[in-house]
Amino acid sequence: MTMPISKKVLFYFLLSISALIVFAPALMAFAMSFMDNKDIMTGSLPQSLSFDNYVKAFEQFPLLKYLFNSLIVSVVITIGQLVLSSLAAYAFVFLEFKGRDLLFFLFIATMMVPFEASIIPNFHIIRDLNWIDQYPGLTVPFFATAFGTFLLRQNFKQIPKELREASQIVGMGDFKFYIKVVLPVAKTSLVTLGAYGFLTSWNMYLWPLLSTTNDTVRTVQIGLKQLQTQEQLNDWGVIMSGAIIVIIPTLILLFLGQKQLQKGLTEGAIK
Amino acid sequence: MSMSNPMIESSQEFHEINYENVKKKQRAKTFTKGMVFLLPSIVLFGTFLFYPLFKTMYLSFFLTNARGETTVYVGLQNYIEMFTSPIFHQSMKSTFLFVLYTVPTTIIIALSLAVIANEKLKGIGFFRTIFSSTMGISVAAASVFWLYMFHPSIGFLNRILELFGVESIGWLTDPKWALLAVAVTTIWMNLGFTFLVLLGGLQSIDSYLYESADIDGAGYFYKLRRITIPMLSPTLFFVITVTIINAFQTFGQIDILTQGGPQNSTNLIVYSIYREAFSNYQFGTASAQAIVLFTIILIMTIIQFKIGERKVHYQ
Repeated sequence: MTMPISKKVLFYFLLSISALIVFAPALMAFAMSFMDNKDIMTGSLPQSLSFDNYVKAFEQFPLLKYLFNSLIVSVVITIGQLVLSSLAAYAFVFLEFKGRDLLFFLFIATMMVPFEASIIPNFHIIRDLNWIDQYPGLTVPFFATAFGTFLLRQNFKQIPKELREASQIVGMGDFKFYIKVVLPVAKTSLVTLGAYGFLTSWNMYLWPLLSTTNDTVRTVQIGLKQLQTQEQLNDWGVIMSGAIIVIIPTLILLFLGQKQLQKGLTEGAIK
Repeated sequence: MSMSNPMIESSQEFHEINYENVKKKQRAKTFTKGMVFLLPSIVLFGTFLFYPLFKTMYLSFFLTNARGETTVYVGLQNYIEMFTSPIFHQSMKSTFLFVLYTVPTTIIIALSLAVIANEKLKGIGFFRTIFSSTMGISVAAASVFWLYMFHPSIGFLNRILELFGVESIGWLTDPKWALLAVAVTTIWMNLGFTFLVLLGGLQSIDSYLYESADIDGAGYFYKLRRITIPMLSPTLFFVITVTIINAFQTFGQIDILTQGGPQNSTNLIVYSIYREAFSNYQFGTASAQAIVLFTIILIMTIIQFKIGERKVHYQ
């Protein structure tokens, strides 16, 4: 079916206007990151564009250190989540044992506890473990996820039970079956979950704010807050260049994995 | 349903008498194996989720010192104080208003975007990417973007107002506007995720429904109302509850844009907990507030499961 030209034009018009509005705040920030402060203050169109703001941001702030910290934290959380949720999902799909349903209910129950409601004891736990300003304090609490487990469980369920039975006949143990068969078959779901895990960990705010007190492991999100509150001259160009640097990795990830993420999120939504 | 296990069957043949014993052993073995696969998750959930939850309940009945150690048992005093405190009233009022401002608007805008982005047009992928882009923008970066938009003198919004000769607005400093400003930021931030999920929902609607409606000569809006919205109801329901739960958990925007001000008008519940615990060191009262937050989210999740179960009619 083809659309009449007039309708096509209308749709393109609506799409373009909406895209412009939705993207405007990010576009403006992007433009400002290349403008000098005078142009920003007077609100004129940029007279000249330069990378000065980016140079300044990297010179005045340990941005590289923050970026490195964020990378470590996000990668570690992503790997942790993939390992733990795939193991748990395997148990829920392929292992039959007493108490499994109860444990499954326990996993569902975790979705009812918002992390924000338990930050006080969590902060004390991390402090007592001496994990403040340490990578484990920023990562370990987020390894176990019910969302990831359910997403992978959904995927593992599509693997025919006969495959497991056949593997048992040739004497393949559960762990070997998990590594050799299940993980490779579920590759796309693992990638989706990984991308989602990376995205959310990179963008974490409240917990890194609480569990870092100096620059050693501080993530780039909190670094951006520092940049914004400490920038004395109200130098918007520098602040925006910092913000642009912060969002580039996740935007790239989103652009590459948009279709996958959409599918994964819909599956998670419909369960 | 138990999986047919060839190991059991073969042992049954050779040791007919020990069948029960073998079965028991086998069961113990699968149990241990199950626990090995699940243990990492269980231990972490226990340490960083269930234990802290019970600890929060416990703390809410005590006064604490600055290190968070309990000093005096006060029973329900923390709750009584909380429910009679005008600041907490303000906080609850702001939180519910915030939910009201953000949830319907987010859903309506995201749904409109998803509907126009669901057309099969050349270059539609580009528009989809733009619409979902805010999902990749962190709360810190989004807040900084909007901090500029709301800036009293050089901000984009006041520049526009100026253009039309309207008096500039103190978006983040006027108690009348601040909550709305934070809501606008939040709506923008949540658009990407909500759009992506709704688009996925739209794409899973069977196209023959539309084809048969076309044969009957149904118009665009008729199809939207009679096919799209009803078929989308499970997905819509999911995004509504997720957006509500997210709204109750709002923190980063507040921390960067307003710090709960002006006059506590944006002191939403999570920010209130944060301030009470980590600026005032009142861990007891902060825990009581956390329990209120927990209860709200619990109710929302239960509603989601209960109604969601009934409404999801495919897969």
